[in-house]
Amino acid sequence: MNTFLETYFPNAYDIQDEIIKSIWETLYMVSVTALLAGIFGILLGITLVVTEEGGILEKPRLYHFLERMVNIFRSVPFIIMLALIAPITRLIVGTSIGTTAAIVPLVVGTVPFYSRQIQNALLEVDEGVVEAAAAMGSSPLEIIFRVYLKEGLPSILRVSSVTIINLIGLTTMAGAIGGGGLGNLAIARGHNRNQMDVTLVATGVILVIVFVSQFVGNYLVKKTSH
Amino acid sequence: MIDLKNIEVTFRNDENIVHAVKDVSLSVEKGDIYGIVGYSGAGKSTLVRTINLLQRPNQGEVFVDGQNLSVLSPNELRNERKKIGMIFQHFNLMRQRTVAGNVAYPLRGANLSKQEIDAKVDGLLRLVGLEDKKEAYPAQLSGGQKQRVAIARALANDPEVLLCDEATSSLDPKTTASILKLLKNLNKKLALTIVIITHEMEVVKEICNKVAVMEDGKVLEQGDVVSIFSSPKEPLTQEFINTATHIDQAAEKVLNHPTLLNLTNDDVLVKITYVGESTSRPLIASLYARFGVTTNILYGNVEILQNTPIGNLIVVLSGKEEDRANALAYLKTNNVTVKRINHQKNIISISQKEII
Repeated sequence: MNTFLETYFPNAYDIQDEIIKSIWETLYMVSVTALLAGIFGILLGITLVVTEEGGILEKPRLYHFLERMVNIFRSVPFIIMLALIAPITRLIVGTSIGTTAAIVPLVVGTVPFYSRQIQNALLEVDEGVVEAAAAMGSSPLEIIFRVYLKEGLPSILRVSSVTIINLIGLTTMAGAIGGGGLGNLAIARGHNRNQMDVTLVATGVILVIVFVSQFVGNYLVKKTSH
Repeated sequence: MIDLKNIEVTFRNDENIVHAVKDVSLSVEKGDIYGIVGYSGAGKSTLVRTINLLQRPNQGEVFVDGQNLSVLSPNELRNERKKIGMIFQHFNLMRQRTVAGNVAYPLRGANLSKQEIDAKVDGLLRLVGLEDKKEAYPAQLSGGQKQRVAIARALANDPEVLLCDEATSSLDPKTTASILKLLKNLNKKLALTIVIITHEMEVVKEICNKVAVMEDGKVLEQGDVVSIFSSPKEPLTQEFINTATHIDQAAEKVLNHPTLLNLTNDDVLVKITYVGESTSRPLIASLYARFGVTTNILYGNVEILQNTPIGNLIVVLSGKEEDRANALAYLKTNNVTVKRINHQKNIISISQKEII
């Protein structure tokens, strides 16, 4: 086994520690961002659904404002976003470079996408069921928690899995601000130093992470759908 | 129990203003099964939604059990809504909850222990005949079963009123009949006041004691079912009744029948309608015995509404003009309505005018 790796992946074999570190960096960025963007994205997604015209807490002005913000932030390419919000990152994290610093733009880049996905997922909840809940005397808060989030759970899990896969893609650009991770490894090491085997290993690991996310996502969706 | 006073509802979309409900006043007594019938777009669903203020009327007041709902705070309104059950055309069950979970949904916040909720759910499921489906999910149920779950859910907080919005419209005739029977039982057993929105007069015929006919946002006619069915005033009401009693189809078939082409000057084709007591008298026989007028029955239908029979016959009366006139006068003194049917070929309509 070791001889096989030494023969076909000589460079990767030499930097095993660095690969492990990159994996951790990627997992760190993905998990912390998923947590934060998950919270903000769900809040924003719910807000979009309930404030829309005809929603249970109709607020057309707020809705149109949020909706525009989501569109604007979603339109900024992520690699530019990294640079664009550096001052804000510095304000929050204290520095604008490094793995932790990368989390700020990752959250900003993920929340609009995720909130839109959540919005669509919740809109799949049958309006009639929402109306029935209102007729039974449920308050807006009850409708959000006991109807939208409960009924929409399979869809929420589905879009969350899509978002995480999307997020894994974004972390590969974090190298641009010294965030490290597998993407950085593939480019800075593998590509720039012409060490193809390192790129291959990095790609392989990313694919494994993506497939695992997909698998877990599908499993949970299946488990929660009735 | 329910009083709607001068209800107006308008919808605004872009430049159009849709006047969905126009100055409707209705009064539903405790224990009534009140039917509101009309074609789609007549405003009946909007109207029924004003009863629990799912739709706030632009004008008018809603009283349920003496309480003016329009003046309540959101919180008070939610508490009132718990006393008004509602079921829907598409059942609106929560797919991610079991049958028991759906029925228990409205019981949260009712200060019941887990055991009490469980016992209550069991009782409700027994009431609608679904004890064995407790742990099933809605996707595993048939339409009729889903509606039964919805009924159990609507009754969870022991409401005094049940609103049914086209509750049987997506069910097959047999299931419709069983759901209507269930509603009727609940009406008797629980003294439940029921409001039924429907486009099928058959539903009204089956279980309602009162009916309102709606068109274009207005109530054209309202009253108890027997008098509406026996002497409808509006053409639309007549149309609904004819559909429900199949008299239109019957008239069409009868009028295409070859024997009718041989009517002589002494024959008239009429529709006879009689209500209640007249049903039990041998009227047809006495027409011949007293006036020498023979009656050829081409079609007959008797509906029993609220234990009152209402009969509709399409007959050919044959006899001399004078005898026929006497016979018709006799029928009139016996509270029988006679309407002449025009029978030119291809033109089929039951005339609205009484001929005597």
